[in-house]
Amino acid sequence: MSDKHKVTIDGITVEVEAGTSILNAARQIGGDIVPPAMCYYSKLEGSGGKCRTCLVQVSKGSEKDPRPMPKLVASCRTTVMDGMEVKNITSPEVVEARKGVVEMLLLNHPLDCPVCDQAGECHLQDLGYEHGRAKTRYEFDRRTFEKVDLGDKIQLHMTRCILCYRCVFTADQITNTRLHGVLNRGDHSEISTYISKAIDNDFSGNVIDVCPVGALTDKTFRFKNRVWFTKPVQAHRDCDHEKCNGKVTLWYKGEEVIRVTARKDQYGEVEEFICNTCRFDKKQTSDWVIEAPTKISNKSVISSNHYDTMKPLPVVKTNPQLLEANKEQFERDTRL
Amino acid sequence: MGRKLLLEHINVPGINTLEVYRQKGGYRSVEKALKQMTPEEIVEEVKKSGLRGRGGAGFPTGMKWGFLAKPEGVARYLVCNGDESEPGTFKDRYLMTYIPHALIEGMIVGSFALGAHVSYIYLRGEMMPQIRILEKAIAEAKAAGFLGKNILGTGYDLELYVQPGGGAYICGEETALLESLEGKRGNPRIKPPFPAIAGLYGCPTVVNNVESIAAVVPIINDGGEEYAKIGVGRSTGTKLISAGGNLKKPGVYEIELGLTCEEFVYSDEYCGGIANGKTLKAVVAGGSSVPILPNNLFFKTANGEARLMSYESLSDGGFATGTMLGSGGFIAYDEDQCIVRNTWNFTRFYHHESCGQCSPCREGTGWMEKVLHRLEHGHGKMSDIDLLVDVSKKIEGNTICPLGDAAAWPVASAIRHFRDEFEWHVTHPSEATTRNFGLAHYADPLPKKEETAA
Ligand SMILES: Cc1cc2nc3c(=O)[nH]c(=O)nc-3n(C[C@H](O)[C@H](O)[C@H](O)COP(=O)(O)O)c2cc1C
Ligand code: SF4
Ligand code: SF4
Ligand code: FES
Repeated sequence: MSDKHKVTIDGITVEVEAGTSILNAARQIGGDIVPPAMCYYSKLEGSGGKCRTCLVQVSKGSEKDPRPMPKLVASCRTTVMDGMEVKNITSPEVVEARKGVVEMLLLNHPLDCPVCDQAGECHLQDLGYEHGRAKTRYEFDRRTFEKVDLGDKIQLHMTRCILCYRCVFTADQITNTRLHGVLNRGDHSEISTYISKAIDNDFSGNVIDVCPVGALTDKTFRFKNRVWFTKPVQAHRDCDHEKCNGKVTLWYKGEEVIRVTARKDQYGEVEEFICNTCRFDKKQTSDWVIEAPTKISNKSVISSNHYDTMKPLPVVKTNPQLLEANKEQFERDTRL
Repeated sequence: MGRKLLLEHINVPGINTLEVYRQKGGYRSVEKALKQMTPEEIVEEVKKSGLRGRGGAGFPTGMKWGFLAKPEGVARYLVCNGDESEPGTFKDRYLMTYIPHALIEGMIVGSFALGAHVSYIYLRGEMMPQIRILEKAIAEAKAAGFLGKNILGTGYDLELYVQPGGGAYICGEETALLESLEGKRGNPRIKPPFPAIAGLYGCPTVVNNVESIAAVVPIINDGGEEYAKIGVGRSTGTKLISAGGNLKKPGVYEIELGLTCEEFVYSDEYCGGIANGKTLKAVVAGGSSVPILPNNLFFKTANGEARLMSYESLSDGGFATGTMLGSGGFIAYDEDQCIVRNTWNFTRFYHHESCGQCSPCREGTGWMEKVLHRLEHGHGKMSDIDLLVDVSKKIEGNTICPLGDAAAWPVASAIRHFRDEFEWHVTHPSEATTRNFGLAHYADPLPKKEETAA
């Protein structure tokens, strides 16, 4: 048996390694047929299966057993079989179910985007725009929680949480100790440290990056600026933490570094987790070696103010290499 | 009189003690299984019996046992699911309270058949008396040499533990149960892998209902074929039904599968009819999760045949006109019961018990509960009825575990069959808070039944 499996998603065929999930096969194809994923995170073992936004229809199980699967399946947790045929955006059922899931996710969400630091880079916001209804059918009070500080660097705004469990997995797998988890059940569930304990270890800041919404935010960046007014720049430093390689994205406003995050790919997943020193304590340009402006999809609002060749960022202006890269990117991203 | 296999000696004084239980032929199956049979033969016998899981899904037990992976050097487990928390179902508790040795005997035979040396009985936390009863019974069995090392000199070792849960309905779902048993939060696991491959502590595991395990005892004593002679078609053997609601004689009954619904409700051997001379309005045949049926559709299937208490006959007509045997939690509603209130009450339960892992169930159950609450209390709108149907459809089939379906079905079916009553709650809001809709046409002979869009 070959260890390559052929799978067809919305009519596009791709060959992938055995054991690949439908979602990752779709990501290899790319484009519109990639199901949205709110809880799956490729770097976190056991993640996925919870939010149900990535539901797809398997219209043919495999070459050997062509029967379709009876229910829609979570593409992030279903592995491909050879000859499998999957329908995502070509299936009306999937589109309908996804609309339902988005509605559910937004049901108790405060929709306080105007005052939320995540706005502009929030996956729920994107999802809502793309698949949601214009108006909610929910006519009851929404669930609310008090904001809590998880130590002096991280703030938890539970009201916005979609219970994707990513931060729990991160704390479990990336940090040495997990100090928070999910308490209670059903729609009373909440992310908490139970006795308002501060979350404190070298990698705890990563929960901010994995959070798809504005539930976990960086207190050092809080209310400083809207992300679309800031300019992301790739940079690195020689970090002495054994598990951190110091590769980050710096978010500039004028000459000031106002936020440091890990580098994220087009699905919002970090390339490598970074330590808290890099994230919270190194906010001088002199701490870093600048590489290049971060590539931002021209669909993102973050790109809206950036590649303004007339007024390049001060740090770019003084660096010929960055100047060139900036111009290139500006041209590429404005061609369409 | 229908045959009794599980509850034959239930009225014998002291049957909860090992001594009396032994006098009535107890632990014969252990001697037979361990001394005269191989594990494969036991599994074969259970397959022949046609026994289907009594926990709700009705999956053939023999087949489930046959699927258990048997890698070298890896422990295997048999776990008994005694979490019984479905509204309307109380048969397992009854069995464990009055005849605990039946379960322990079944556990020994089952563990031997599956090659398990440590087995667990997981009980919901509220069942403290049953936990004590079982622990006492286990101690008795151990003292008599039926548990522990080298059972009956056959060289087979088995330890049996009772584990109380925290009292969550969701911990009855088999993978949530395993998580809970491992000491974690009782969230259902995402399948695959199924427990038969990777269950408790990652080892191959079989999870069975209390009654399924107890039913193995008569199967081994009398043979699978003998067991299969009882019942109709693929519904073999006897089944415990916990009957509640407006019945003259509520209680736990052992029926031969295939008994007519008519006889079950009206004969003096079973429920003895409806209490206080009233008329039956509706029935939930298998615990709160199964679709509710109006009187007329419960006694007769859509094509006019008498409905039987069996897996097939109860589900005749699919969800449009049928229901399911489920876990045997039979609830009868007389003419004075309000279906809207009942639906709200069930939904309140699912809202409270959802584990909150997946978004459709976490948010949808709460939403349905709020809308139903509003309808029941006279603040509903006509559009709420279709909204409920739509929300239930958005939950159904889109969740990790079947709790989502279980929450959606009662709502969808109540509206399917009792839409008039829901509409009446909207059109007569103040009246609806002071009196009930009544029997209406729900007991009329069938052809009159109007088709409503579901
Ligand atoms: C939400 C939920 C609750 C359940 N609760 C129980 C229960 O309390 N007792 C039980 O035996 N099975 C329960 N089940 C069914 C179990 O998942 C499983 O199917 C059963 O224990 C298998 O045993 P059986 O094959 O002997 O029926 C529940 C299932 C779900 C989805
Ligand atoms: S806080 Fe964020 S990462 Fe954690 S569960 Fe909630 S939404 Fe997910
Ligand atoms: S369906 Fe409900 S109970 Fe089951 S896993 Fe999802 S949220 Fe939990
Ligand atoms: S990404 Fe697949 S269920 Fe959330």
